[in-house]
Amino acid sequence: MSETVNALPQRSSGSLSLRGGAAKASPRGDRARAQWRKRAEIAILSGPAIIMFLAFVIFPVFMAAYYGFFRWKGFGPPTNFIGFQNYVTIFTDQNFLDALRHNGFILVMSLVMQGPAAVAFALLLNQNIKGRSLIRVLIFVPYVISEVIVGTGWSLMLQYQGALNDLLTNMGLGWMATDWIADPNIAIWTLMVIISWKYIGFAVILMLAGMQGIPDELYEAAAIDGASYWKIQRWITLPLLGPTIRVWAFLSIIGSLQLFDLVYIIWGQYVASTAGTSTMATYMVREGRLAGNYGYGNAVAVVIFVISLVIALTYQRFVLRRDTAGALTEKATKEDR
Amino acid sequence: MSQVALTARATTRQGRRPSGGTGATWGSPVTYLIATVLIAVCIAPVLYIIVGGFRTNSQITVDPSGWPNPWVFTNYTDVLTSGPFWQQFGNSTISAVSTTVGTVALALMASFVIARYDFKGRNAMYALFAAGLMFPLTVAITPLYLLIRNLGLTNNLIGIILPQIAFSLPTTVIILVPFLAAIPKELEEAAFIDGASRLGFFFRMVLPLSLPGVITTGILAFIGAWNGYMLPLFILNSSELYTLPLGVQAFSSEHSVNTAAVLAFTSLSMIPALLFFSIFERRIVGGLTGAVKG
Repeated sequence: MSETVNALPQRSSGSLSLRGGAAKASPRGDRARAQWRKRAEIAILSGPAIIMFLAFVIFPVFMAAYYGFFRWKGFGPPTNFIGFQNYVTIFTDQNFLDALRHNGFILVMSLVMQGPAAVAFALLLNQNIKGRSLIRVLIFVPYVISEVIVGTGWSLMLQYQGALNDLLTNMGLGWMATDWIADPNIAIWTLMVIISWKYIGFAVILMLAGMQGIPDELYEAAAIDGASYWKIQRWITLPLLGPTIRVWAFLSIIGSLQLFDLVYIIWGQYVASTAGTSTMATYMVREGRLAGNYGYGNAVAVVIFVISLVIALTYQRFVLRRDTAGALTEKATKEDR
Repeated sequence: MSQVALTARATTRQGRRPSGGTGATWGSPVTYLIATVLIAVCIAPVLYIIVGGFRTNSQITVDPSGWPNPWVFTNYTDVLTSGPFWQQFGNSTISAVSTTVGTVALALMASFVIARYDFKGRNAMYALFAAGLMFPLTVAITPLYLLIRNLGLTNNLIGIILPQIAFSLPTTVIILVPFLAAIPKELEEAAFIDGASRLGFFFRMVLPLSLPGVITTGILAFIGAWNGYMLPLFILNSSELYTLPLGVQAFSSEHSVNTAAVLAFTSLSMIPALLFFSIFERRIVGGLTGAVKG
């Protein structure tokens, strides 16, 4: 790269010297000026994005860590420093521990319910069938409509007097009709069905993209060797799909830990805990924002962040490390070339 | 948001032809049967919302899972002639369009630096944005609300637009950097020989060449902002500023007995996102590569 640049005429050295080679040839003044110009360009171009990002994404998380040490109603500067008292309260509050347990359940069940189904559907749709692109559009629809719409529609449908129970009765399955949303034994499974419905299209599309990245030659070679369809899928598609599956699982885990919208819309801020569907995020909003305990709410935010971070880093360290596509830090050096 | 990012990124690998068909032994009817069931499951709840809007409340009460008989259009026309819907539609449009423009402009500039400049800290800059995927809105929302309040931007669309831009930056940068890095060096050199500065190169060559990536990230940012719920919930208190998700929720709690109207309101509010998504889907299927192959 820098060799070709070296050959370029002098007049463009102003901006090219940053490529390294050319700068050596030019006089010192030029080089210093070029350096400054380059720095100015970098600052002007990347400054706004970095400032926005630091101000609205990174800074609030650090502020949460600070506010979390106070008992504070959110008015004026926080003064009532209470050390780790908020954190003690969080981990001794049964409501939070319940929410944490629900998050864990959702995390595991999302992987178990969506993963195999998504791979199976992707295998199905990866065949050369007519109307495949239409199918792909349609299964992606639930992912694109907003959580509010999903929540509103499903809660109307699942009401005791709603469409689902009516449908079951018409089909002679009236004994199955139940209060899908309020029954504490069922509510979390209802939530799991809605979550799977909303996000499986995304998983399928991701798996499909992964499958299309597998070289044709492998399939041709296997076919020549007389491997059956299932053998090919088992020994070629699945192993080579590994990176995609692991990245999807990572995204699913993070999403499960942060789950808020759907629960909050369908179950509201108070019913969620009695129905057994509360999550750490709904707990945070209820105890922090709605109760006006901002110090406490921030402490909950810190707990969610730390739990997510620890799980994410552990996952990256032990699972994603093999996949350059997944590890954030490795990706930086790889894609920057 | 981070979920969407990977989809779009995955499409960059999608240049090759589908390959699974080789050696398939499945009978086609079975495939189609399963595919049909899958689609039915995915679409049924959406259809329930749309079709339910064409029924009357008494129809819905008497036969909750039935078909409209007769079809009534008053629910939809009522919503379409009501002030709040269009006001919320307008607010959502302002929020989503500003977020899209802001995100793409800022991210394009930053990605250009990361992809085309050699300097210390370039990897750190990329890692900074990549790490942003670990800072979802849920974690930051409480302190973010306090920050916005201190800036005096609560009850102001700017108060949701700025954080929306900031939170869409990581995915956008991560998608755009490979795009900009893929623009051939020869083009850059040719531009310099013709006397263009690096910034001139940015505006004359990079912008047009990265257009497919810009469109994809733009649509992602648009859909994200259009569907956003948590941020408006915290920041916007007065109903004149509600975006459609808040509007849907407010409408459905105010008119909880008027199920048909709620369904009509809900289905009308999902149209723009679906519309934009159809463009997005074409991007996925069509693949992102090729545009910049030189």
